[in-house]
Amino acid sequence: MTSLLAVEVPYWGQSLLRVLGGIVAVLLPAGTIVYVFLFKMMSFMQSRLGPMEAGPYGSMQLLAEVGKWLQKEDIIPENADRVTFKMAPLIVLVSTFLLVVVVPFGPDALMTDFQAGIYYALAIGSVSVIGILVAGWSSANKYSLLGGLRAAGQLIAYELPMVLAAVGVVIQAGSMNLQQIVVAQNTYEIFGLDWIGMPFVITQCVGFVIFMIAVQAELTQPPFDMPIAESELVSGYMTEYSGFRFLTFFIAEFATAGVFAFIASVLFLGGWGVPFSWFGWDTVDSVDNWMNVVGPIIMLTKMMLLVGIIMWVRFTYPRFREDQLQQFAWKVLIPVSILNIGVTAILKVAV
Amino acid sequence: MSLFLRDYLTVVWFGLAALVLAGLLLGIAAAVRPSRPNAEKLIAYESGVDPVGMGWSQSQVRYYVFALLFVIFDVEAVFIFPWATAMERYGWFGLVTMLIFIVLLLDGLVYAWKRGLLRWV
Repeated sequence: MTSLLAVEVPYWGQSLLRVLGGIVAVLLPAGTIVYVFLFKMMSFMQSRLGPMEAGPYGSMQLLAEVGKWLQKEDIIPENADRVTFKMAPLIVLVSTFLLVVVVPFGPDALMTDFQAGIYYALAIGSVSVIGILVAGWSSANKYSLLGGLRAAGQLIAYELPMVLAAVGVVIQAGSMNLQQIVVAQNTYEIFGLDWIGMPFVITQCVGFVIFMIAVQAELTQPPFDMPIAESELVSGYMTEYSGFRFLTFFIAEFATAGVFAFIASVLFLGGWGVPFSWFGWDTVDSVDNWMNVVGPIIMLTKMMLLVGIIMWVRFTYPRFREDQLQQFAWKVLIPVSILNIGVTAILKVAV
Repeated sequence: MSLFLRDYLTVVWFGLAALVLAGLLLGIAAAVRPSRPNAEKLIAYESGVDPVGMGWSQSQVRYYVFALLFVIFDVEAVFIFPWATAMERYGWFGLVTMLIFIVLLLDGLVYAWKRGLLRWV
């Protein structure tokens, strides 16, 4: 992204644009997810209307909520470790911002172009564990401590199926660069049909299911919400947080849901692209400029679709027990994902 | 500066942007919110019962076993990725070698499974 609408942009301008774009890419999905799914879809599923007072259909509810949380007293328990207690929500929020850096939104609408983009995404995706552990440990509260440890145990257990599911995509695309994975999905063809590209969700359906389950667990959404199980741990690692620090955790949770959905749509659903054969493109350089505007819209649509599935599961299933949760990861997901790698590799070499 | 390093500089800008944004909102909150602490409010919240003993207690060793297993498989993933990108170049030789490597590691999982370490006792 060195020129924008045929105007040369200096480095500081590019960085500013990227950072602004990144802030939008984090906060817009978070707000939309909370309003559309958490306020409205959940309410409709439970036969109620949800917030209706603030603005038409309660659409201004989010602003009201932020205003409310800004005015809440900030309570730090006497025994807590004050410095780390204040640091923990920031670590979680920063990890979300660092995660969105790798997501490509268009042929030129990239923030970074790492050759090993998947490595970076999976590595940064596990940084939030540190923030959660710090939060649990520094609160000096038994609920928080248990919640933090459970979160750490769960997040490392489900990190593995996620990493291993991504290997199948890397094998098919032959690259770890997220942009090249998008291009591969839109230039390959499947079943001799040259007009649908090859979104890896078709060939890597097992990997996709494993990836989405792992994302659900990484986000500690029900049915994998043992770390914040309200009936036994009050609110887990967030028990002692109040006011805006709590809201920071909350925003980070749903922003991360959005970013993980972005990554999943890049890996499995074809990312920002449409099949290149529709418009006669063959490489990423020949893609028309308007894709930089349409691409982000396609990405947002796919993101909403995937988060819709995550939330649907969240509102539907009851919570796993802690031992079932660990066994499911180690005894089902990891063997299946390794099998998936083996089969994909054999087919790739043989065919 | 090379493009590679510039990408990492962008990462730094994003981290700073997150801190600035959070700092800004926390600053507004600090200006707006009330602050009336009292001794009872500052006690750790454990469902209304006064906390017994310390907030920091010993945790169970089973987390440690899972952490060890995690390290093994995460290192495996680090080795698999470079091979996965260059699959066509290594062909059958690479495939067979890698499958042996994966089977050896799976062996570790099967061993832990048989020893009952994966059971949440």
